[in-house]
Amino acid sequence: MHWEGIYAIWLRDLKAMFRERSRIYGAIMRPILWLFIMGNGLRPAMQGVGVEYTTFIFPGVVGMTLIFSSIQSATSIIWDREFGFLREVMVAPMSKADIVLGKALGGSSQATVQGTVTLLFAPFVGIWPTPEQIVRIFLLMILISFSLTSLGILIASRMSSFEGFGAISNFVVMPMYFLSGSIYPLTNLPLWLKLLTAINPLSYGVDAMRGQIINIYHFSIYTDLAAITGFGLVMFSLAIPLFNKP
Amino acid sequence: MQNTQPVLQTFQLSKRFGELEAVQNVNLRLSPGEIVGLLGPNGAGKSTTIKMLSTLLRPSAGNAVLVGYDLIKDPFKIRQHIGIIFQDSTLDNRLTGRENLEFHCMIYKVPKQERPARIQQMLEMVDLTEAANRYVKTYSGGMKRRLEIARGLLHRPAILFLDEPTVGLDPQTRATIWEYVRRLVKEYGMGVLMTTHYMEEAENCRYIAIMDRGRLIAEGSPEQLKSMMEGDRIQLTTADNSLAASWLEQNRSLKVTVKQDGIEFVLPHGDTQLARLLTELPTEVQRLTVQQPTLEDVFIKLTGRQMRDSESGLIDRLRFSAQRKGRL
Repeated sequence: MHWEGIYAIWLRDLKAMFRERSRIYGAIMRPILWLFIMGNGLRPAMQGVGVEYTTFIFPGVVGMTLIFSSIQSATSIIWDREFGFLREVMVAPMSKADIVLGKALGGSSQATVQGTVTLLFAPFVGIWPTPEQIVRIFLLMILISFSLTSLGILIASRMSSFEGFGAISNFVVMPMYFLSGSIYPLTNLPLWLKLLTAINPLSYGVDAMRGQIINIYHFSIYTDLAAITGFGLVMFSLAIPLFNKP
Repeated sequence: MQNTQPVLQTFQLSKRFGELEAVQNVNLRLSPGEIVGLLGPNGAGKSTTIKMLSTLLRPSAGNAVLVGYDLIKDPFKIRQHIGIIFQDSTLDNRLTGRENLEFHCMIYKVPKQERPARIQQMLEMVDLTEAANRYVKTYSGGMKRRLEIARGLLHRPAILFLDEPTVGLDPQTRATIWEYVRRLVKEYGMGVLMTTHYMEEAENCRYIAIMDRGRLIAEGSPEQLKSMMEGDRIQLTTADNSLAASWLEQNRSLKVTVKQDGIEFVLPHGDTQLARLLTELPTEVQRLTVQQPTLEDVFIKLTGRQMRDSESGLIDRLRFSAQRKGRL
């Protein structure tokens, strides 16, 4: 492994995030829209979830930040390819595994930072996590982001142009978010919807997060961890050989 | 030139894309401190050759040895010893000039303690010390090119590949870039393999290989190549043009064309023959133009086509629009 090269790719990704303020603003804006506007709008109609609706969707909103941010940073590969920078990396004495790992770590760090920004909104919906909970949520965010970024890298490796950005949003990010149990409970769903949510890796991420934050599980923490880790490993190992193959 | 060990040698290097033979049986040789130019129209296979040699594309047949390593077996070992400057920018516009160089040092494992000094030295070499801490997106086209050249040399490659190094730059910037390249070759003694479709630019090379439709069609120094032409084109206006013409035809057996305001002929070894010829000419010379053969003439002679005609204008236009997109 070429650790310094991996570090270089990671560092560049983080610099990019802090220099592009819009990403940080997005991490602030999304929870405001979903928690305060959607959440409060739907609260009167959503009584059967066990807790206040805004509290219920909070872990889902963190999950949404993670998936948006992970996929967004992974798809920056398409930009790098279009603007040429990717070639600087591809001709360097680094293996594809090094490049993919650097990119996956960079993307998951970005997503975790943005997820943390979203987490700061917890007190507004009546959640006061303990320091121990915060550590666990933090670790969970890293794990979920790593899996989702690996998925994003895999997608970006197979896409050749910017036109794909809209497709990624419509066919990956939004469906995964809506099918994750972020904004509604996974119980009592029609069978087809139940199946779709069950094969969605984000469902397990959101479930684990919700379990840690408000102690409501649909699956169990072990199922959740196994599903996210397994998905992440598969995506990561697929991304390496398929990375930027013409 | 031929007695030093080459840093690069190709053996029947070929690349085929489906039906298209992009590169066919190319044999090239590059010695340290030497600038070799691959000259040819767009689509001739120059970039494909560079891509294979820089380990980005696997040859379909043939092989090459670079800095002692086998291209097919050891592409990773080769990467550490080559520098590549691509046609289009591969800089990160959101980083500063210095950060781009630091990134390069990290991925090429330049020893940590040497980095600041090397970066400084390279920045000075390309006159970018003052702009080093600015974002690359604020750089002009020429500055970007210079930064890329500086970056390509940070890890002290033994071979530098320049793929159309000055395309899209104004003549003045082009001249400056050339100055840098020559200075660097002198200072570090690396071998440079460059591609170009600018004839004038190829004059900077010690050795030129002319490529057309995937094949090398001629090789040699610019002088050698030009000597393939019969000689210099001489245009004369004399007091008695028809007398001059018949004298040249009878005494020197030259083929003379009589034009409205003078006569025109091709004179072999013009540099040594012309002065004597002029003193012997039985009529007064009023105007004299000597046109030395250009590489363009050589290309036309070899292919029957003009270099510019054989270019695909579409590729240039596409590249231009891609570059414009890149600036948005």
